[in-house]
Amino acid sequence: MLFSLLNVPPASASTAAGSGGAGAPGAGAGLAAAGVPAAARVPKRRPHVLREGAARALFGTAAALSIAAVALICLFLLANGVPAMAEIGLPEFLFGTTWRPAHDLYGIFPMIVGSLYVTAGAMIVGVPGGLLTALYLSRFARGRTGSFLRSGVELLAGIPSVVYGFFGLVIIVPFVRLFGPGTGLSVLAASLILGIMILPTVITVAQSALDAVPARYYEGALALGVDHEHAVFKVVAPAAASGIMAAIVLGLGRAIGETMAVVMVAGNMPIIPDSLLSGVRTMTANIVLEMGYAADLHREALIATGVVLFVFILLITMLLNVIRKRGEAR
Amino acid sequence: MTSFLKELANEMSVTAAAEVPGAAPAPAKMAVEHLNLFYGDFQGLRDVNLTFPENQVTALIGPSGCGKSTLLKTLNRMNDLVEGCRVEGSVLLDGADAYRTLDATDLRRRVGMVFQQPNPFPMSIYDNVAFGPRSHGVRAKADLDVIVEESLRAAAIWDELKDRLKKNALGLSGGQQQRLCIARALAVQPEVLLLDESTSALDPISTAKIEELIGQLKERYTVIMVTHNMLQALRISDKTAFFLLGEVVEAGDTDTIFSAPIDPRTADYVAGRFG
Ligand SMILES: Nc1ncnc2c1ncn2[C@@H]1O[C@H](COP(=O)(O)OP(=O)(O)O)[C@@H](O)[C@H]1O
Ligand SMILES: [Mg+2]
Repeated sequence: MLFSLLNVPPASASTAAGSGGAGAPGAGAGLAAAGVPAAARVPKRRPHVLREGAARALFGTAAALSIAAVALICLFLLANGVPAMAEIGLPEFLFGTTWRPAHDLYGIFPMIVGSLYVTAGAMIVGVPGGLLTALYLSRFARGRTGSFLRSGVELLAGIPSVVYGFFGLVIIVPFVRLFGPGTGLSVLAASLILGIMILPTVITVAQSALDAVPARYYEGALALGVDHEHAVFKVVAPAAASGIMAAIVLGLGRAIGETMAVVMVAGNMPIIPDSLLSGVRTMTANIVLEMGYAADLHREALIATGVVLFVFILLITMLLNVIRKRGEAR
Repeated sequence: MTSFLKELANEMSVTAAAEVPGAAPAPAKMAVEHLNLFYGDFQGLRDVNLTFPENQVTALIGPSGCGKSTLLKTLNRMNDLVEGCRVEGSVLLDGADAYRTLDATDLRRRVGMVFQQPNPFPMSIYDNVAFGPRSHGVRAKADLDVIVEESLRAAAIWDELKDRLKKNALGLSGGQQQRLCIARALAVQPEVLLLDESTSALDPISTAKIEELIGQLKERYTVIMVTHNMLQALRISDKTAFFLLGEVVEAGDTDTIFSAPIDPRTADYVAGRFG
């Protein structure tokens, strides 16, 4: 439930689509009303005002409900998580390196580090490829190849994460095992699978930013006698910089919040990983692995882990807002 | 490095238009021969034959949709970007065929273009002007500094911008943006400069500045400009070509076209009776 907060882009896209869809019939009705002959002397304004009022109330309620849901989640997290943090002691909780609920030891530092490692790895794997793909789709791909690749990316976005996890387990983990000791369940495997999972987010957001760059910039560059590649890399891509940053940050959010696929390939030992091939447990994995049987302080400690994750996501969202603001300012 | 722009700026303040009466006709810098252009099935240009003399301003006039921009975009092959666009006949730059002999990027470097809407890149003023030279291999900061200053001076906008070179170009006024675009085009040292109604989006003061500038630029460049403004064509061009429905109705010395046109349609148009 908490992790669905991460799906900021799809959620906001669907609300936009929702309001657009709802707005269209309203506009149609407005046209129909305008088509009534003046001789009918129907007072035109009143039904219009009423309809507008009703629509406003409907949208207002919907908005209020989703805000209430967010508020409730925050409240739930804080009410359950903060007392646990207080009982464990905040420094022990955040920086303690031992997680052993049976001994009432609740240090989540290995999981924080684990989440950061795996997310950073995912960015290294996914961002360069994703951005280059976006550039290719936006400015190089033509005709059939382009539409084929675009539907491929859409498909990638629709694959459930458990399927990614399965793919990771069957293909990536054995592959990683070739490179050294251990089971292959590792930081590297998790990074690779997450890197693939963030591709659709990075690609679609970056591509729409690139598509939105006005043609006059590109044409202006060509008119100076530079070639297509140069114009794309030196003028079009920088012009889309804030959108590209947003794509990266959204990919970051997606990576840090992903649970199922990571659980399947990461090994999940609550230790600070000492190499790429070492097993790792992320914050999300910590919660989902133990929530089923945890009780009392243990359960609350898991919810407190959710609070920490929530703070990370809040920071990412704030970063995103700053980037968007700066993009608009230009 | 290149001080030609500086020399040019000095020269210009002394002699505005050094036309020697009765001098031999200027050689053609560019020419089009039997040019037919198609957008899919639609024929945009019909058997156009024109020469553009070196160091002169040629104005292309005619009502909207008659093919002026189309011809301009054929001269630097920006039409290559238009899907379904087909060109027959020849376009010559110094006698070399622009479509068969010359490379498109090479041609565009030699034949610069300023668009109707100012289109500075969303980067600093300095980077805008330096973009072209950097792309063509000028790396040293000192050289770029010189080019930027000289180009901005030649576009008569150095004094206005010299203290804000690091500012984003999108913050400038429309007239300043357009002169910046001229500077950006000059910075790659083109031989021909194409201007497509480059003052139509501007206020009268900016327009006057750019007109004055064009009068000076022809000392160094061959200028081909599209304009909707008859007075502007009359004021700053040496040659004029009048277009109608993709055809050249009449072309020749600007004075002749305006005072003693041969074709009645030209007479009607320059008298403002249609278009
Ligand atoms: N990209 C294009 N595709 C199809 N038709 C075009 C295109 N560009 C221009 N045209 C058509 O070519 C004709 C000449 O256009 P244009 O050269 O822009 O006219 P002008 O600049 O003289 O106003 C017009 O009828 C216009 O509709
Ligand atoms: Mg035009």
